[in-house]
Order: sequence, then structure tokens, then C-alpha cells
Amino acid sequence: MKPGLFLKEVTREATCESRRGFIKALLGVVAMAAVPLNVFARALGAFNADNTDKVLSELFGGLPVIDSNDIVFKIPDIAENGAVVPVTVSTDIANVNQICIVIDKNPTPLSAVFNIGEHSLADISTRVKIGNSSIARALVRAGDMVYMVKKEVKVTIGGCGG
Amino acid sequence: MAAKPVKIRARAKDGLAKIKCLMPHPMETGTRRDAAGNLIAAHYIETVTCKHNDTEVLTAQWGPSVSKDPYLSFKVKGANSGDRISVSWVDNLGETSSGEMILK
Repeated sequence: MKPGLFLKEVTREATCESRRGFIKALLGVVAMAAVPLNVFARALGAFNADNTDKVLSELFGGLPVIDSNDIVFKIPDIAENGAVVPVTVSTDIANVNQICIVIDKNPTPLSAVFNIGEHSLADISTRVKIGNSSIARALVRAGDMVYMVKKEVKVTIGGCGG
Repeated sequence: MAAKPVKIRARAKDGLAKIKCLMPHPMETGTRRDAAGNLIAAHYIETVTCKHNDTEVLTAQWGPSVSKDPYLSFKVKGANSGDRISVSWVDNLGETSSGEMILK
């Protein structure tokens, strides 16, 4: 629905009911406008995308992605169990908004997006699944800049070495 | 099946709190098959919200490729003993769960 149409409908409905209703509706619209999009909207397209290029364009639009040495990306070189691979991403880059973890060869490469607020440090750990040996990427967004590190992870099946 | 609560361990030192949490959850990808060859429906945590007292400090969006029973650790600035840390999640079926603790 177009936003204008929505407002019109809300207004019509509200004026019919009562002034209080109208004010409530108006507050609702204001609140919706005030919520920063990147915090609540789930990046659906990015999670459904089936290759890394699509993930990056869905997540960051046309922003250039710069390789960086300032990101600490801890992930094992050889993962014995692809179902549980520990990952740590931390960085000293200032004003980080987002940390994303992408595993190239997974059916949907995007694993996780973390929205870092001004009250938390850009330092998170979690565990992900990796289906096959793949390039893993950590992406850090600070304002309009996107930084990336890549690392290859080998997944051994049956523990016999990859 | 009621969702299990989020387990949280945290420690605050010099105004910086390190928080570790475990969220018991199957995290089904939707691509696995059971013994009879039927697809197991996707069931995974989509959104995680972490709060320090009433301030949202970290939110996360997850896909199905986060491991089963997800682990998450993060660090919160300006947190001191007595402060409340809470973590909650919502999955793709609309189930929710949460956990909280008071920093020592």
C-alpha cells in the first residue's frame, strides 16, 4: 500500500470515530516514520539471495566493499564439524553499524547480520553451519563504508582430512 | 512445545560487560530430510534483541545457517553491577523466548 493512501485511510477512519482516535493514529504514523529502518526491517532479499554478489548488493546497495586488515576474523581453517563452526568478528574501526557473516557456498550465503549500537562494541562471537569447504567473509559497515575480510574454511567429512 | 529460556552469563569489569548467551532452538534449515525422506520444515530464529536495562544495545538478524542451539557473545559499554541484561528472540514461526540477568 502506498504511504499516502494509508495516511488518508487512517485519517478518514479516525475523524469518523473521535479526535482521540485521530491523535492516536497520527502518533502511530509518526512513530513508524521515526523507527530507523535498518534496525527493524529484516533484509529479506539478502537472506534469500543464493549467491554472495546478490547478498552484497541487497545488503549494501551499490556501496563499494573494501578489503581491510583492521578486522579480526577468527574462524578455524579446518572445521571438523561443519554444523558448529565458531566465529568471532571484532574490529577497532570507528562507528561500526553492522557486522555480517557470509559463507559463500551455503545455499543461502548470508548467515547473520548484527546491528551494533553506540552502546555495544564491534566484537561478537557466534557459531554457524558450513555445508562444504567454502570462503567465509566478515563484513563490517561503518556509515557508508563497507570493509571485508575473507578466509577459506575447509570442512572435513568423517574427520579424514579434506 | 514451549520454547526454552535464553541462558545468559555475564561479567562486568571497568564499565564493560561481556555477555554470553545460549538459546536452545532446533535451527532447522528446511533442507534436511527425515528418515522417511520428507523435508523437515524450516524453523529458525530470525531476530535477536539484546537490552541493557531498557536500552537496545544489539539486534541481530539470523538466517537458518546459524548453528543449532545458537551461541552469541557480545560486549556492552557503560554497564555496571546491578544493571539488567536481557536477550530475547523471535523465530520464523512466531515463537519467542527471552532471558535476563542482573550483572554482579
